Amino acid sequence: MGEVMQLKTGSEGIGVAGRRFTKVNEIIERHGRTPSALIPILQEVQEEYRYLPEEILTYIAVAMGLNPANVYGVATFYSQFSLAPKGKYVIRICDGTACHVRGSEKIKTALWEKLGLSDERKTTDDLRFTVETVSCLGACGLAPVVMINDRVYGQVTPEGINEIIDQIIAEEEGEKNAPEEN
Amino acid sequence: MNAAERNNFVLIDQQRIEVNGEKSILELARKAGIDIPTFCYHSELSLYGACRMCVVEIEGRGVVTSCSTPPVPGMKILTNSPRVQRVRRTVLELLLANHDRDCTTCDKNGRCKLQELADRFGVRKIRFGERDEKLPLDESAPVVRDPNKCILCGDCVRMCEEVQGIGVLDFVNRGSRVMVAPAFNKKLQDVECVNCGQCSAVCPTGALVVKSEIDKAWAALHDEEKLVVAQVAPAVRVALGEEFGLPPGEIVTGKVVAALKRLGFDKVFDTCMAADLTVMEETAEFLNRIKKGENLPQFTSCCPAWVKYAEHNAADLLKNLSTCRSPQQIFGSVVKRHWAKKLGKKPEEVFVISIMPCSAKKFEAARPEFSVNGVRDVDLVLTTQELARMIRESGLLFDQLEVEAFDMPFGLTTGAGVIFGATGGVAEAVLRTAHSLLTCKPADEYANDGLFNFETVRGFEGLKEAVLEVDGLEVKVAVVHGLGNAKRLLAEVKEGKANYHLIEVMACPGGCVGGAGQPVATGGEAKKKRAQGLYSADKLSQLRKAHDNPAVARLYEQWLKKPNSSEAHKTLHTSYQMRGRITGEEITLLTSKQENKINLAVCVGTCCYLKGSYDTLKKLMEKAESEGVGDRINLHATFCLENCEKGGPSVRVDDTVVSGVTPDKVESFFTENILGKLKIPAESQ
Ligand code: SF4
Ligand code: SF4
Ligand code: SF4
Ligand code: FES
Ligand code: FES
Ligand code: FES
Repeated sequence: MGEVMQLKTGSEGIGVAGRRFTKVNEIIERHGRTPSALIPILQEVQEEYRYLPEEILTYIAVAMGLNPANVYGVATFYSQFSLAPKGKYVIRICDGTACHVRGSEKIKTALWEKLGLSDERKTTDDLRFTVETVSCLGACGLAPVVMINDRVYGQVTPEGINEIIDQIIAEEEGEKNAPEEN
Repeated sequence: MNAAERNNFVLIDQQRIEVNGEKSILELARKAGIDIPTFCYHSELSLYGACRMCVVEIEGRGVVTSCSTPPVPGMKILTNSPRVQRVRRTVLELLLANHDRDCTTCDKNGRCKLQELADRFGVRKIRFGERDEKLPLDESAPVVRDPNKCILCGDCVRMCEEVQGIGVLDFVNRGSRVMVAPAFNKKLQDVECVNCGQCSAVCPTGALVVKSEIDKAWAALHDEEKLVVAQVAPAVRVALGEEFGLPPGEIVTGKVVAALKRLGFDKVFDTCMAADLTVMEETAEFLNRIKKGENLPQFTSCCPAWVKYAEHNAADLLKNLSTCRSPQQIFGSVVKRHWAKKLGKKPEEVFVISIMPCSAKKFEAARPEFSVNGVRDVDLVLTTQELARMIRESGLLFDQLEVEAFDMPFGLTTGAGVIFGATGGVAEAVLRTAHSLLTCKPADEYANDGLFNFETVRGFEGLKEAVLEVDGLEVKVAVVHGLGNAKRLLAEVKEGKANYHLIEVMACPGGCVGGAGQPVATGGEAKKKRAQGLYSADKLSQLRKAHDNPAVARLYEQWLKKPNSSEAHKTLHTSYQMRGRITGEEITLLTSKQENKINLAVCVGTCCYLKGSYDTLKKLMEKAESEGVGDRINLHATFCLENCEKGGPSVRVDDTVVSGVTPDKVESFFTENILGKLKIPAESQ
C-alpha cells in the first residue's frame, strides 16, 4: 500500500485518518449546513481524500441532515467527483475531436500499458496514478493534450508521455529515500 | 384583444374551453375530456416536466409540455397536431430503445403505461438501437427493483420523498448511465425503505413492482397435507372488483370468499375479526396508559410500514407505540396457537395465507418475532393484485360467482373491524369501544345517537382530529396518513407542540384502501370510493363495536381471559427494535497493530450526531494522543449502534455499548473504559 493509507499513531499525534476526518468537520462547519453548500463541501472533502469515500459521504449526509440518496446522487452527477480512490497523479487524456484526430488513442494505450491499467482499472494499486479521458480541454492548438494534475502538456507522443511518467516515478522514489523531515 | 381573451377562454382543438384556475393546460384539457398522455405527471406530486410525453402545440409558441404550462386566455392549443404526434412518437421510441422490452415475462404486463401508450400511439417500429446492458435486479425487499425497465420519470423519487417524507430513491450518475437507485446502489433492504410500496404504485413500468409469491400459494394449495387457511383484510373487499371491471368501492366480500374456496382454500376467515381483537387489546392498553398517564400519546401499530418508519426515525417514541400486533399477526397467532390446537393440529400443519392490500405486510409476516420455533404465524402474504391474478389463472369468472359467507368462527365481525381499511378507521374503532367501556352504558343506548360515528376522523385530509369527552376526561385523537404527514406530526410531538392521547398512523395515503398491493388507482378518486365502500359496509353491520363481537368474546372466555392478560401479552403483543437510519461502512480513524488493544467505535448516526457525538469523537482522539495510547486503540466512527433510545452518544468498547458519552463525559469515560482496560493508571501522563 502506498503512503497515502498509512497512519501515524502514538506519540507522533493522531493519525492521518483522524486528522482528515476532523478536516471534514471543519469544512462542513465553515460552509454551514444548507443544502446549497453540498457541492463546495464535496469539492473540498475530495481535495482532502482525493476521492469521496462512501462512508464519508454517509457521514456528510448525517451531518447535513440530508438523505444519503441525495448526497450520492449529487456526488455521482458531477464529473469532477470521484467515488473511487484516485492516484496522487491524475492523468487526463483529452479525447476531444482535435486531440482524437491527432492520436490521443495511442497515448492512452501507451499509458495503460505502462501502468497496467484499462478502462475498468483506472487507478494503480499503489494509488500513484489515475488515467482518465476527458472531453476538450480547450487547448486544441496543442493537440494532442494531456493534463497531469494541474499541468498541461501539449503535442504529446506515446514516447514522450512514457518519459514524463518515468520522470515522476524517479522524483517520487527520490523523495521517498530522502530523510524525513518534520 | 379578441373575444376568447376577454372571456377567459382558450381554444383546445377548436373547442372553446373556459379557464377556471387550472394550473396547467394538461389539467384543463383533461377536464375538457381530452386525455393527454403523461409519464411524469401526478396530481399529488410536484411538477417534474421531464418526460415530454404530454406535449401540445400552442399557436405562435410551438411545442410545449402541457403539464408545466399554465393556460393563458386566448391561447390556441392543438393536442394532436402532426408535430405533437411526431414528438410523442419519438419520446416513446427513445424510451423503448433503452428499455428491456421483455414484456411477456414482466410483472406489469398488461398494466404498464409504457406498453399502453406505445400501443395507443401505434409504435410498431423503433428506429434507435437496443439496450445492450443488463443490470442486476434487487429482490431483497417486497418491492422489486428492475433498473432495466426504468424510464427515469422520477415518479418514485418524488413519491418517496414528498409524500412519504423518506427519500430512499434518487437519480444517480449522469449521461447515458443515469438511473434511479437508493444511496450507493444499496439494496432496498439495506436502506431505510419501509416497504410501503407507494413508489411501485406510481411507477408506470415494471421497474418497481411488488414481489409476486403466487407460486408459493399454489404449492401450499396443492399440498394435501396442509390445511390452508385464508384471512382477508378489510380493504381487499372494496377493491378486488376493479380488477374484473366492477366500480371502485363496490363491496365484493361474498365473491372474494367464493373465489378463495374455489381456489382450494380449506377455510376462509376475516381479518376484521382479528381487528376487533386488536381494538380490545389496544383500547385496554390505551385506557391503562391514560389512567397511569404514561407513554402518551399512544401510537397505533397496525401498519407495518409505519412501525418500521418509527423504528428508523423515532427511537425515543418507540415506547409510545401500542404493543399490539397488527390484525394480520393477531390472526396468525389466534389460528396457529389456539384454533389449530383445538383441532388437534400442529402449527406447521396449518398454512395461513393473508390476502392484503399491502406490500409491507410481506415484510411484517417475515419478521422473526412472528415465528415460533421456526414456524411462521402467517406463512404467506398475497396482495389484492396477486389474488386477482390467481383468479384469472384459474379461469373463474369473478363477477358471476355466487356469493359465499366467511367460515366460522372467525368470520364473525363488526363494523369496527371493517373500517380498519380506511384512514381514521382504527382510531374510530378504538374510540367506539373506549367510549362504551368508560361510560359503562349498554351498547344499545348509543345505537342511534351518532356516537358510533366519529365523522371528524374520516376522509382524506392529511391530519384529522377528534375530541371525546367522557366523564370529565378529554381524550384527544389525531389521525395521519402518508408518512410525510406522520413525519410532520412526529416533529410536533417531539417538540411538545402537539398534545394528543392517541395517534393513528397509516403509511399509505388514504390508509390501506390505497395500499400498494391494490389495483392501480390513478388519482385519489378510486381510493375515496373504496373508503366509502368500507363505511357503508360498517353502516350495514349489525354489530358496530369490537367488544360486541361474539367470536372475540369467546376467545377471551376460552383462552385469553381478559384484555392484556399475560397470555394476550405473549401471543397478541410484540416489541419493537431500533433500526439505524443509515447503514454504512465504518470510518477508520486510528488503527493499532499491537496485541493488547481496545476496539472503540463512536456512533455518528443521526441521533448520536445530534447529541454531539462528533465532539465526543474528537475529544477521544485528543485524549488518546495526550495519554500516549493512540497506538493501542482501534478507533472507528460508525453509523448507528442501534442504541439510540438509551440516549446518545453511544460508544462501543470492544463488545459493550456505553450510552450517553457526551463530550463532557469523555474524561471519565476514558479513564474508566480505556486506561482501566489497558491497565494504565490514570496518573501516568
Ligand atoms: S417502498 Fe416506500 S419507503 Fe421504500 S422506496 Fe418505495 S416509497 Fe420509499
Ligand atoms: S423506477 Fe419507475 S417510477 Fe421510478 S423513475 Fe423509473 S420508471 Fe419512473
Ligand atoms: S397503510 Fe395499510 S396498506 Fe399501507 S403500508 Fe400500512 S398497512 Fe400496508
Ligand atoms: S480537443 Fe483536446 S484540447 Fe480541444
Ligand atoms: S408529463 Fe409533462 S413532461 Fe412528463
Ligand atoms: S444513532 Fe443510533 S445509536 Fe447512535
